[in-house]
This record gives sequence, C-alpha cells and structure tokens, in this order.
Amino acid sequence: MISEKIQIATYLFASILFIYSLGSLSSQESAKRGVFYGIIGMFLAILATILGPQMQGGYVYIISAIAVASLIGIILARKVEMTSMPQLVAILHSFVGLAAVLVGFGSYLDPGEKIIGDPEADVKHIIHLVEVFLGIFIGAITFTGSIVAWGKLEGKIRSKPLLYPGRHIVNMLLLATCIALGILFSMQEGTNGLIYLYIMTGIACFIGIMLVMAIGGADMPVVVSMLNSYSGWAASAAGFMLKNDLLIVTGAFVGSSGAILSIIMCKAMNRSFFSVILGGFGDAPSGEAKEIEGEVTAMNHEEVAGLLKEAKSIVIVPGYGMAVAKAQYPIYDMVQTLRKQGKNVRFAIHPVAGRLPGHMNVLLAEANVPYDIVLEMDEINEDMPSTDVVMVIGANDVVNPGAQDDPSSPIFGMPVIEAWKAEQVIVMKRSMSVGYAGVENPLFYKSNTDMLYGDAKDSVEKILSYIKT
Amino acid sequence: MKVGIPSEIFPEELRVAATPKTVKRLQKQGFDVWIQRGAGTKANYSDKDFEEAGAKLIGTAAEIYGQCDIVLKVKEPALTEVSMMREGLVLLSYLWPAQNPELLKKLADQKVNAIAMDAIPRISRAQKMDVLSSMANIAGYRAVIEGSYHFGRFLNGQITAAGKVEPAKILVIGAGVAGLAAIGAANSLGAIVRAFDTRKEVAEQIESMGASFLTVEIDEDGATSSGYSKEMSPAFIEAEMKLFTEQAKEVDIIITTALIPGRPAPKLIMDYHVAAMKPGSVIVDLAAATGGNCVLTKPGEVYTTDNGVTIVGKLNQLPAQASQLYGNNLCHLLDDMGKAEKWKIDMEDAVVSRAMVTHNGKINWPPQPLPVSPQKSKVDPAKTAVDAKEAEAKSVKKQATGMVVKLFIIAAFLGILGQFAPSDFMQHFTVFVLAVFVGWQLIWNVSHSLHTPLMAITNAISGIIVVGGLVQIGMLADPMENLPITILASVAILVASINIVGGFVVTHRMLKMFKK
Repeated sequence: MISEKIQIATYLFASILFIYSLGSLSSQESAKRGVFYGIIGMFLAILATILGPQMQGGYVYIISAIAVASLIGIILARKVEMTSMPQLVAILHSFVGLAAVLVGFGSYLDPGEKIIGDPEADVKHIIHLVEVFLGIFIGAITFTGSIVAWGKLEGKIRSKPLLYPGRHIVNMLLLATCIALGILFSMQEGTNGLIYLYIMTGIACFIGIMLVMAIGGADMPVVVSMLNSYSGWAASAAGFMLKNDLLIVTGAFVGSSGAILSIIMCKAMNRSFFSVILGGFGDAPSGEAKEIEGEVTAMNHEEVAGLLKEAKSIVIVPGYGMAVAKAQYPIYDMVQTLRKQGKNVRFAIHPVAGRLPGHMNVLLAEANVPYDIVLEMDEINEDMPSTDVVMVIGANDVVNPGAQDDPSSPIFGMPVIEAWKAEQVIVMKRSMSVGYAGVENPLFYKSNTDMLYGDAKDSVEKILSYIKT
Repeated sequence: MKVGIPSEIFPEELRVAATPKTVKRLQKQGFDVWIQRGAGTKANYSDKDFEEAGAKLIGTAAEIYGQCDIVLKVKEPALTEVSMMREGLVLLSYLWPAQNPELLKKLADQKVNAIAMDAIPRISRAQKMDVLSSMANIAGYRAVIEGSYHFGRFLNGQITAAGKVEPAKILVIGAGVAGLAAIGAANSLGAIVRAFDTRKEVAEQIESMGASFLTVEIDEDGATSSGYSKEMSPAFIEAEMKLFTEQAKEVDIIITTALIPGRPAPKLIMDYHVAAMKPGSVIVDLAAATGGNCVLTKPGEVYTTDNGVTIVGKLNQLPAQASQLYGNNLCHLLDDMGKAEKWKIDMEDAVVSRAMVTHNGKINWPPQPLPVSPQKSKVDPAKTAVDAKEAEAKSVKKQATGMVVKLFIIAAFLGILGQFAPSDFMQHFTVFVLAVFVGWQLIWNVSHSLHTPLMAITNAISGIIVVGGLVQIGMLADPMENLPITILASVAILVASINIVGGFVVTHRMLKMFKK
C-alpha cells in the first residue's frame, strides 16, 4: 500500500511519460522509444491505482479482467493486417467509449460519493451529476459512432453516406432533448435520475450512429480522427467525475491529438470541419462544369514497362486502391528493381490518401519501403515538372487537376498532387468509374496520360516481369 | 495514311526527321512509314534499324514526294525537291518563311500544305512540338563543350599537388533556351558563369541555373509578347557595350545566343571587344547561321584571330540526339493533328493556323500575332509597397482586436465559472486546460507519416480510463453486495485493458516496420 501523496506523484510521473511518448512521434527513429515510455507510464498508473489507499479489495475481478483483456488485445493486435488498420483503430475507439459509459453509470450508482456536511455539497453534487451526464453522452456517441465507422471500413455497412431530408433538424431536436433530460437529471436526489440517464444514453447512441452513417467512405480519415478526439474527451470527463487528474490530463492529450488530426485532414481536402461532420459532399457545384477535352487512351503492361525502363525519375502516387488490392509488396519489388537500375523512384503521399491519417505510410513501411523515399505532397510537387513518369495506383481525387483549374468542381481548391505536370502519367485503375467525390477526373483525358486497367496487384506483377526481361 | 521521310540532300545537314524510335511511335499513331534508303546514315541510324522498327525502305525521294500523304523533313527543301511534291502533300519541315519568300511561293504554286516547324507559336500547349527549343537546348549544351575544347584549360577550379587552377569564367549572352542550357552545362562543368539578357524577367531563371545575372543601369525591358526580345534603344546599347568591354577583359569563354526572329542576328561583340580578350579565349557564336552576334564570326568556320582568340562559327549538331528530339517534336504535332484516324488540318487551331505557311495554294504568312503570357498589369511598385504596408498594418490591427475580444470572452467565462464552481473543480479544470494546451503543442510536432501510429498510441493511452474502473471496484467493501457496480466496473476494466494492450502492441508492430 502506498500513500495518496505517492500515488499522485506516480500519476504525475506517468503523465510526463505520456508527454514523452507523444512527443517522440516527431520522427521515425525516436518513435520506437516512445511506445516504451507509454507502456511504462501505463504500467505505473495502473500499479499506483491498485496499490492506492482507496483500494479495499476486488483484486480477483481486476486481475481476471486484465488477464482476459490482455489476451484478447494481443491476439487482435498481432492478427490485424496493415490494410485493416483503420478498422482496428475504429473498434478500439468504441471500447474507450463503452468504458466511459460504464464508468459513468458506475460513478452514478456509487453510494460512497456524496459528502455530507460540506457547505458546497449541493453545488458539488450538481457538478458531479453534470460530469456524469456529459461523460456518458460523449462516451455513448463515441461507442456507437465508432462501431458504425468500423462497419463501414470493414465493408459490412454501405459506405455511401446515408442522407435524409431534415436530418439537421432531427439532430438538433435530439440534442435539445438531451439538454432537457440533463436538467431534469441534475435535479434528482439519490439514484432516482437513472431513467433520464437511460433515455439520454439511448439518444446519444442514436446520434452516434446517424452521425457516422451520413459520412462517406473517403471522409473516413476525418471521422476516425474525430472519434479519436471524442474518446479522449470521454476519458477526460471520466476524470472529472472521479476527481482524477491523470485521467483528465491523458484525456486532454488524446482529445487535442484527434482534433488536430481532424483539422489536418480537413485542410487537405479543402473542406470545413462542419461540412464533413454534417455529411454529404458540401454544396452542389456552382455554375456549369468545365468541359473536359481530349480522350482517354489506354496502354498495355509491356508498354508501361518500356516507359519505366527509359525513365530516369519516377514517382508513384498510391491511393486506397493500392490498399484494397494489397499491391504494396509487388510495388516495392518493382521499385527495388528500378532503383537497382539507377533510377530515382519515389512515393508521393497525399494527406488524405487511404482511410486513416498516414495510412499509406504504414502500408509502405509494412512492405519494407524505406521512409526516406516516401515524400509528402508538398515535398514532391515542385519536382513534378522534372519527373519522367508518374504512376498513379488506385488514387483518383488526390490527383485531379480540376481542383486547381476548374472553379465549378466540387473539390476546387483542394490541394492535390500535380501528377499532370510530369512528362508521362500512367493511371492504374479497375475501371473508368469516378472517385469518391463523384467528380470526373480531367487527368485521365490529358494527352500525356494513359490508363492501365486491371487489378493493381496483377498489373504491377506483370509490369515487373516485363521489366526483368 | 503514309508518312514519308526523304534523305536530307544538303551535305552539311546530318540530322534526319525520324529515328527508329519515332518510327515505332508513328506506327502506333496509325501511319505507314516510308523512309528513303540511307536517310539516317549521317545520324548513325542504319537502314536495318529502320526496317526492324517497321518502316518500308524506299529507293528514291521522288517516290516519297509523289506517293506519301505527309512528308517529314529537317532542312527546308531545295526548289528541285519542291518540284517533286504532289498536290495536297503535307510537309513538316524547317522553312524559315520570313527569309525564304521564294520557297513559299513555289510551295503554294505546287499546292503543298507546308507546316514550318520553326513557326510553331511559343505557347505552353505547343512546347512539346517546339523544335526551336529542342534544338536550342542541344546547341546550348554543345556550345559549352566546343568552347571548352578550343579553350586550353580546365573549366573547374582545382587545388592539386601541382598547384592551384583557377576556374574558367564563362559569359553567356542571351538567356533563351540555348542560353539557359549553356549556363546549366557550364555550371555543371564547374565554371563560373555569368549571363546577360535584355529581358529582366529571366533574371530568376538565370540564377536558378547557377549563373549570376549581369545587368546595365538603364531601366528598359526587352520582353515582348512573342517571347523573343526586341531591339533596344541606343542608350541601352551603349551601356550594354560598355558592360561587354569590361567583361571581355575578364572572361575566358563568351557564348552568344541572341536571335531576333526574321532579322539578322544583332551584333553584340565588336572588334574592340575581341581585341580586349585574353589570348586563348574562345567565342562560341550560336547565331552564326543568321550572320553572327560577333562581327568577326565567319559562319561555318572555326578560326583564331591575330590576338589568339578562337571564334567558333560552326557547331556539331549531335545528329543522333537532335534527330531523336526533332522526331519527337514531329510526332507530337501529328498527335495534335488527330493522328492517322482523325487526321485533320484545322485552320481554327492556334498552333496549326500559325505554322501552316501555305495552305490550299495560298501563302499564309506572316501569321496573326499571339500573346504568350497574359501581360501583367503594370503597377507602380512604390504605390503597391505602400498599399502592402497599409494592408499589413490593418491585418495586424485586426488580429490584435480579435485577440483582445477572444481573451475578454475567455476571461468572462472563467470569471463566471470561478464564481459558482467549487474550488476543487477549479483545480481539476486548471489541470485540464493546461493539458489541452500541452497536447496541442505536442501533436503539431508529430510527423505526417506517423499519423497512424499516433492514432494507435493515443488509443492505447486513452485506455487510461481503466483507472476509473479500478477505483470503482476497489472502493467497494464487498463487491458481491454492490453487484451492478462490480459488473459495470469489471466490464469497463476489460474493454479498457483490451485497448491498452492492443493499442501498444499494434503501435510497436507498426513502428518496427519503419526503416530507413
């Protein structure tokens, strides 16, 4: 057993370790240490809680729950494929949400909470109830929202946004109902308010579902980041109701982290946070769409291989299509072969490529691509005019020139990878269908663009065999 | 449709209008390719290469001119060649329409539709077919190589055991495509490069290629809407001459590339400049074909003056390379005109209508002028500077007021909160707000490529909510008595721990993959 002072000191130390852990993510090298800071911090925090002066028993439950959870966690984390990373992240968010809801209910039911004889007792009690209410509200939205996000990413739920007229009004009404319930709830004595809490939890779960249902597949990076943020705020709210600073601090870190990621993603799509969250793809395009000139020309694998053999500088722009086809391994084989021939081959990553912030980087890292040839959009755009061949693999909207020169395009103003400035562009695609934004891509019609139809993985393997001969 | 490539009959012309590579490309565009035997010999392309690429070898030029639909040539045709051409033939070649009115007339009489490759307008869309640029690029490169060959020293500076070698100084006059190519080549060979141009706008391009930009004190811009420069005022020329005199004493190699379209090349290097140069210095005159930028240039000759300055008036054309680029330019133009399938002479097209110097028996020269880049509206720089300053001051002011309003709102909110909330809530709230700020600063530093691991690790860390469950279950004197709380807390511990373990393990797995 340790005293409360030692416990607080340990919590502070754990917070510092978490700060180091997040701070170390500024570079790939230090990041590896960061995980260990995090693990040590977490271990100390749990240890200090279990050994704390408040503890009176229940160790059996604690140890068995943690043991089972560790087993599940390890299996989950080992088995997951890097392409399904977004799903794992989403489902883990839902766990935090669920835990926040459970802790909230537990805190409400706990009879030992009320302090009698304190002049501020009434105010404290109301504040506590508000904290509980808010914590459960955020937790429930995170919980169901993350489950829907998981379903969409996993392909179990249609990724098309579910939009119905008047949904904004319905959401507003639901929110107003929750506030009203909250006021009623905070006026109840003892545990009489439980019924309001149940109703509110139900409504919050519904809001969570509808919120994410309204958002389409390509906006998932924003949604997942947003849910990440919510899970942090939920933890913070739990900290307030339990008067635990460690929870508050850690929750605040996670909350701001998710918020920043959402902002970065929205900037990369040139859309306001609210237009993403409210669902759909902004307003209808204004004015006449610019007519697309030129025609689509296709190439075969042998011709593409020929082009690559002659090129000196090659840039590969991967997108979600690469993840779907799991083409990262053959792509890196090809890149290695080309690099051995003395060519400058690099990857260009758009911030919203994939379904999770930084998703493409992880997939390429999985295939052993060294990170110094994986560049960000801004780093590579200025090199585009001096690039011989750009290979666009399963990406569409992120290379759409309409974003720069067609004011009527729905994605006008979104920063894009300027693939068309290269000498030759090869677009690998399954068919001529439009991308997520539903916008025609004028890139495909440019005279220096040729299409290569087919599954990305097969195509790359075929090209590779021609390059090697 | 048949595309024919005759041999070049002018003995000095080493290039050919197609190479085995472009022959393949032409076939892909849907054309049948006929090529005269021996057409590529001077550029080191054998008949066998062409045949393997799929071209049909033809014995005489007459057959090509008589039966093909399109003929590709390099040098403008001699009158004897024109007389072999059939009516309606499309000819793609250098023609220099301004200098060759007689040739134009003959082509028009013969009803040949002639496209002058040298008259392709210099607009962005037509860059890929701009033969002047592609050839100028070669000339610029070659000028440095030839200059260095005739110059008896290293170009780069060296410090060796045998002593120090000064780097050569090269002056490039005219920073068009050829000039910039020369600057690039000279710079990469290690010379100190300076460049002069009457157009102020190219200063940036010159500097980007690694040369320093020389200028005169007179404020006059030589830029025109055609992309070439105009002739300058006498005062300007006087200042320019003075500058050249100073430079001539200092530099080792002068490369001149100044051309004014349709006119003899401007005389920039006078006899007194040459006299001022050090013995062993070299002048490479890329304008020799149109009279030369140096008064002493003898077109087609390389000779040394009495004071030991070598003047190069003739350049090797790098025929294999030049043919390849020229052939590509031609392919691009044919691409633009619809290939074989949709072949069309579209006189509405901005490129074709200007380069097509004879069409259906009519001479179509000179063409309509075409502005290259939208003219920037001339603004008084002093005025804009003042405007910019004012705008900046305004925005600073606006920011400051915005900040004050923001801080006021925050202060008011905290004041109200402090009025009602109990003190221990305020303590926790302080911690919360500060933690948000710390988190905010921390996360902006995270590298973009690590965003997925960031999400996984924050996921693990947000599992800290497990502490809530632990405290709840631990505070119960008898867990069985308060069954609802026990169950709630146990499940909370369970899911939160999955998060912690799963999150850390997967983050570790991901980060392990990032390799340099």
